[in-house]
Order: sequence, then structure tokens, then C-alpha cells
Amino acid sequence: MSTVAELSIAAPEARKAGNWLLVATVILLCVWVLLPIYLLIVNALSSPEEVTAFPKRFFPSFDFGSLSFFINFAGVARALWNSVLVATLTMLLSIGFGAPAGYALSRFEFPGKETFRFLVLMTRAFPLPLLALPLAVMFIRTGLDDTAIGLALVHTTLALPFAVLITFSLFSGIPVELEEAAWTLGCTRLQAFRKIILPLALPGIAASAVFAFTISWNEVFAAAVLTIENRTLTAFLLQSLGESPLYLKFAGGAALVIPALIFIFAVRKYLFAMWGIANR
Amino acid sequence: MHGKALPYLLLTPATLFLCVFFLFPFALVAFEAFTRDGGFTLDNFRTMAGSWKFPVTVRNTLLLSAVVVPIQLVMALLMATMVSRLETGRSAALYIFAIPLGISDLAAGLIWLAIFDQSGFLNTLLSNLGVIDRPVMFLGYQSKLTIFIAVALAEIWRATAIMMVILVAGMGLIPREYYEAAEVFGASPWKRFIKITLPLLRPSLQTAIILRVILAFEVFAVVAALGGTNLPVLMGETYNWQFTLQDRNVAAAMALFILAISIGFTLFFLRVLRVPKEARI
Repeated sequence: MSTVAELSIAAPEARKAGNWLLVATVILLCVWVLLPIYLLIVNALSSPEEVTAFPKRFFPSFDFGSLSFFINFAGVARALWNSVLVATLTMLLSIGFGAPAGYALSRFEFPGKETFRFLVLMTRAFPLPLLALPLAVMFIRTGLDDTAIGLALVHTTLALPFAVLITFSLFSGIPVELEEAAWTLGCTRLQAFRKIILPLALPGIAASAVFAFTISWNEVFAAAVLTIENRTLTAFLLQSLGESPLYLKFAGGAALVIPALIFIFAVRKYLFAMWGIANR
Repeated sequence: MHGKALPYLLLTPATLFLCVFFLFPFALVAFEAFTRDGGFTLDNFRTMAGSWKFPVTVRNTLLLSAVVVPIQLVMALLMATMVSRLETGRSAALYIFAIPLGISDLAAGLIWLAIFDQSGFLNTLLSNLGVIDRPVMFLGYQSKLTIFIAVALAEIWRATAIMMVILVAGMGLIPREYYEAAEVFGASPWKRFIKITLPLLRPSLQTAIILRVILAFEVFAVVAALGGTNLPVLMGETYNWQFTLQDRNVAAAMALFILAISIGFTLFFLRVLRVPKEARI
């Protein structure tokens, strides 16, 4: 009896200390993630002179000199536009090809299903950006070189496996009985899909579309290999690393990071569900 | 349009796409690596391996992976277990931990450049603390060690999130009852972690490690932003062969080499961390 009593007295104290440690560690880890981003933003929001000056201030002066230099720098506006274009095309392609496959995997049992899943999973064991190298030659022959669609096709190989697996999990989460009920009430397969399944799956599909957009927006290697005139923002920044001044780099880095932060925020609810299913 | 044909019809676009843009370029890269001017040859691999930079790039890439991945694994496990025990602010913490997931490797390199640059924040901090009199050149060609540390930190910062997210998703699949039973029998939190979480998390650990190791071999933009050519890595050398040296065939041989070690390590981890069918949840 006495040991139980002791335990119940000692436990809250220990738990309290444990909780403090827990919270402190979590806060420390949050600082570890957020502080570097903050420092980049400080640089982006300082004047070019302040960026190259030493010592530095740890607070932004809210001078838009660096940013306006970046935006007006030759080629930046076009690179931004190309990035958006390629990412949008990637998004459309990967959802357009991926969602039907995800639906088929979730609703049908058929020979060859495992082979397809293996093909999709296999893509993840490969450093896919490398495949841009042979494609560069193929694209020159077919006239796809240095075009947004050509790069979007390569980015789609990166995003498609995710689109398939995510939509597969989404459709699996919608009871097949709902569809069956619609069929018995006279809907065709297509009508049932459009009126019952699609509205339920739409938010998730939108999330995986945003994810595909982000993958393309962030990709560096294939973009640098496949584009010359029509460079994306990442390719532009990579190829001007050698000669561009610091404030251009940091403003460019901020231009890459800010949209990514918004994207991740938009899909935060789905992140873990997506990766949960990507496990199997 | 019903019955048996429908699933195949739905799978056709994705399958065709993967054949044309995944399997075909893969075959093409292998073909280019083994040919030169139309004939079969191993010369491309000889040229690749004969370059004085090759051993250095292999060593740097493998060393970087060997340093970065274990640290990330521990950090990801720490983040995942911490978050699961948090009572308030769980989703906020998860979101913050997941942020680097959406950040490009190039942007991550630039972020850490802001810290390690000669006029950067680390130098400012050190000089404010009185440790140094004038800014140190952390990323110069003479300071390979600090470049390595900066790249490793940037990689750890950027890519721990991907492992963390996979592990959090995996922990969600472990039934609560196991922990409750362990608690009834008086198992300490550490014991519960070792005896329940780790074994049952094996499938997720496997996925996370494989994915992360492959990404570690692909390290490119972080190094380009922080080290330039002072820390040559495999992907950077491949890019170099393709553009600076204008030799597609050797670049293809490099690509094949990276693919080979990626597949080798994938098979290795599939075997070492394999989960028997009966032991799956």
C-alpha cells in the first residue's frame, strides 16, 4: 500500500519536470527550424549595403532595395513566370494521370495490379532527376528542348508516384457503399463518380495537386539540365550562383521559400495522411 | 466501358507515362553509358574512374550521407516521439517541424549561406560575443572542414522533416493497447520506446531510411550554394561532365554509377530491416 501511495505522490512531480523538459525540447527544435528561415528573411528585407556589411543586424530594416533589385534583374521576372508555368503543368499532368490510376487501385481487383504498384514504388528507389540527362537529347530531337512542357514532363515523373498513392488512399477512404447506393438509384458509373465521389475527394485531390506544384517549384537539377533560355527560378539562381551578389542570392532564396511556406501550410492537414500511405 | 476493361483503361495513361519517361530514359542512360561513337565500350567508366576528382566525389558523398542520415534518424525519432506526447500545441509543432519539407535544396543552401557567409550571421554572433576580432572565412577553398559542416547542417536542417513525417505516420498505426499493456506491467517510457515503438515502427523506418539515403546521394544544390566546387559531390560532377566538359557519355556513366549505389543501398536496407509478413500490423 505504502509504495502505491509514494508513487502517486512522487509521480506528479516527476511528470511536471518531464513535461517541462518535453516542452523545452519541442521549443528548441522549433527554433532550430524557424531561425534559419528568419535570418534569410532578415537579409531579404535589408538594403543591399546592409546585406554585405559586417557586423550584421539581427532585425530587418524593411528596406526593399534587395527585393526590387532582384525583381528588376534581367531574366528574373521571366524565370518566375517559367517556374509557375512548369509547376502548373506538372500539377495538371500528375493529377490527370495519377488520379484515375489511384481510383482504379482503390476500387478494383485485377491481374497486374501488383505489377503496377511495383512500377510506381520502384520510381522511389531511383534518383529521378538524373533521367533528365538522356531526355535532354531526346527532347532536342522532338523539339521539346528548353520548353516548359518538356521540363514539366520530367517533373511529372517525380510527382506522379505521389499523386497515385495519395489519390489511392483518398478514394480508399470513401466507402464503396456510397457509390453502390448511387448505382441502385439509377446513376451510371460516371455520374456516381462525379456526383458522389468527386465532391468528397476534391479537397484531398487539391492537396495532392499543391504537393505536385511544390515538387516542381523546388526541383533544381533537371531544371538546370533541361532549360537554357526558358530557365526556371531554381535553374536561374543555380546558374548565377558564381557571379551574382549576395543580396541577389538571398532575395532569390526568399522568393523560393515564401511560396513553399504557403503551400505547406495549405496542405498541412494532409501531409501525414499522405506519407502514412506512402509507407506501404 | 465496364467490367474488366475499366481498371486497365484508368491505369493506361499513368503506365504509358512511366514507360516513356521513367523506364525508357533509364534504358537510354544505360545505353549511353556503355557506348561511344556507336560502339560498345567501357571507356566511359574508365574515364569516369580515372578522373582525379572521382575518388574525392565518392568519398565526400558517402561521408556526407554517413554523417547526415544517422543524425537525422535520431532527430526524426526524437521529434516524432516528442510530438506524440505533447498535450497542447501538437498540430502547431508538427506544422513547424514539417516546414523544411516544402523548401527546395537550393533555398536551403542559400539559407545556410546567410549564416556561414563571411559577412553572415555566425560571424556577427561570434564577433558580438568577442570570440573573434574579424570575420572568419568559413566557406573559402582552404576551409574544407567548415564547408563540410555547413553542408551537413543544411542537409540535416532541410531533410529531417521527410523522415519525421514518415515516422509520425507510422507511429499512428501502432495500436494504443500495446502501450497500455506495457504501462500496466510497469514499463518505463524508455522501455516502451525500445520494446514497442522501435520494433513496430520497422516498416516506416525502412521507408524513411531508404528514401533519405537515396536523397543523400542526390545532394547537389545545397553543395553548389555553400561550397561551390570546393566540395565536389557525385551529382555535381555529373552536371560538370554534362555541361562544363560536354561529355554526355561519361555523364551517363556517372548517372549509372549513382543509380547503382542507390539500388545497392535500397536492397541492403530492404534486407536488413525486412519485416516478416506475420509481424505486420
